[in-house]
Amino acid sequence: MTGVGRWNHKAIDRVRVPIYHQDKENHTGAGFMAPMSRSRETACFRFDLKNERQPYIRNLSASPVIMQELIDEIPVGMFITDRTRRIMLINRTMEALTGFSRETVRGIPCCHVLRCSLCIKDCPVVNMDRDSEAVSRESDIINRDRQLIPVRVTSAVLKDQKNNLVGFLETVEDLRALRELNARMNQAFSFSRLIGRSPKMEKIYQILPILAQSDSSVLITGETGTGKDLVAEAIHQSSNRAKGPFVKINCGALPANLLESELFGHQKGAFTGATDNKPGRFRLAHNGTLFLTEIGDLPLALQVKLLTFLDDQVIFPLGSTRGFQANVRVIGGTHRNLERMVREGNFREDLLFRLNVVRIHLPPLREREGDFRLLADHFFRDLLSRFQKRIKGFSPKTLQILKRYPFPGNVRELRNIVEYAVNVCQSDMIELEHLPAYLFDSPAEMEAADTAPPERPAMFERQGRSERNGDAGETWSQVERELIMDAMRKAGGRRNEAAEILGWGRSTLWRKMKKLNLN
Amino acid sequence: MAEKILIPLFGEDVAPRFDLATEVLIITGNQPEQASDEKIIVLPQASAEQLCHLILTEAIKTVICGGIEEEYYRYLVWKKVQVLDSIIGPWQKALARFQQKNLQPGDIVYHFEEPTDET
Repeated sequence: MTGVGRWNHKAIDRVRVPIYHQDKENHTGAGFMAPMSRSRETACFRFDLKNERQPYIRNLSASPVIMQELIDEIPVGMFITDRTRRIMLINRTMEALTGFSRETVRGIPCCHVLRCSLCIKDCPVVNMDRDSEAVSRESDIINRDRQLIPVRVTSAVLKDQKNNLVGFLETVEDLRALRELNARMNQAFSFSRLIGRSPKMEKIYQILPILAQSDSSVLITGETGTGKDLVAEAIHQSSNRAKGPFVKINCGALPANLLESELFGHQKGAFTGATDNKPGRFRLAHNGTLFLTEIGDLPLALQVKLLTFLDDQVIFPLGSTRGFQANVRVIGGTHRNLERMVREGNFREDLLFRLNVVRIHLPPLREREGDFRLLADHFFRDLLSRFQKRIKGFSPKTLQILKRYPFPGNVRELRNIVEYAVNVCQSDMIELEHLPAYLFDSPAEMEAADTAPPERPAMFERQGRSERNGDAGETWSQVERELIMDAMRKAGGRRNEAAEILGWGRSTLWRKMKKLNLN
Repeated sequence: MAEKILIPLFGEDVAPRFDLATEVLIITGNQPEQASDEKIIVLPQASAEQLCHLILTEAIKTVICGGIEEEYYRYLVWKKVQVLDSIIGPWQKALARFQQKNLQPGDIVYHFEEPTDET
């Protein structure tokens, strides 16, 4: 058995190991050890008391297995205590985790070695009897290096062949790596796959986790390429529905008839060619989230059907009289101005009111101060590793040109430009000649080619002049000047208050005012 | 002035965790032969910050404790408090060892009889 070098679930799948306690000479076993759970997360064990050991042991080894060597190979902290919770055995991983050596801790009550908050507040082992099931809880320990370590502790009882409780077996998993991963997922300048540290994006990061916890309908608006899909996915991933499906459908991509069948499903024989029952996206998204992208392009007839669903949460597939109660959270996304569409009669007002429970407006890239460089560097690093290129970065002139460009296609356009440049570049630095030619067209041409971006809704935006449509030809300085002037107007000339409105520090506002000659 | 020692308690033992102790013992006088004054303070809730505050307001010279986070350890050391941490065992034994100038951080003062048979 000493030949089992690694704790490999497959290798030990059919292995049972006798555990001997005090009476080694008579070979009175305390039980057998076999893997109870094959999950990667929890390694816990059961002690099989059935009298099956002979065939296994004969096949496995002629002599008793040395318990210490066996548990040392387990990559999870583990210790065995007697009935009074004094430590009998401790494995190598546990020694590393706690900082205590096995020689010093033998016979010590486990709470003094583990130093887990559970031991002090609510020790799971105290009330365990021989019939108790294994208990797994998350907690923290303080090791000898004075580090507070998040852990998951699993406690199980050990029984002898007469079914008497002889002790406890506890495994302690280090959760630091897992927690770090989670922390990295939600860094201050990013949320899920969204990146940015501008004040406007920070506000969105703050509100998204709160929105995720509710089941309200969400409407995400913003120009093309601002990341509406990513926000929808981030809401789903942070919500209680994360384990359910995230179904996305583009309402502008299909003709009305097909879209109805696609959304609500159909019954076999509902129309010519309907040879099978089709569940529809609503049904597929049951217990999850349905993201209706380009909801502004949803035909009026289907808007009524969607409205009915939002009211009573029941869908009726085409050709079916039986409704299906679907538990679906609906998120809509559009780059269109729905208010204007309502005025023009192209979008139902009542549907807008139902969708508009929570509204998130994603700012265009030109209004996301400081995010340009962050995003450009992020895409650059990402593409560099993907294309296996050795480029140091952007030349100062290239950056200057990119900073001046208004990015009507927003983040998506920036990503495409960086991808083009990384592909084309054969030197150390990305120079002007590596940028797409259209970036050097005159601003007038660019403006003419640019479609007018939609008006911005009220939520998460400040009212007033600064809310006018972003002009694609406008430079960041102009936008900034407008923002400052607007905030100063609102604050009645008080700079402290204006800085607060803008979400900037006082000194940042003063510096910017000086730079823009706004004194 | 008599030296003050603080020991977070967990029953009869030194508390395994400094930050989770709700009872502390303050001993005034550091000589075994000296009549020392002992008092037990019950804290409203377990809190490392409150305990640090208590240590400073009570002018404690030495803390004998179990596991303590680096942050609080460093703070107390910076405030010129001697911290003997990772002490395991009954507080009387730990105190006796300290008074005999024979207590080091990480000492285990439990007495455990080894079983005669090997496991």
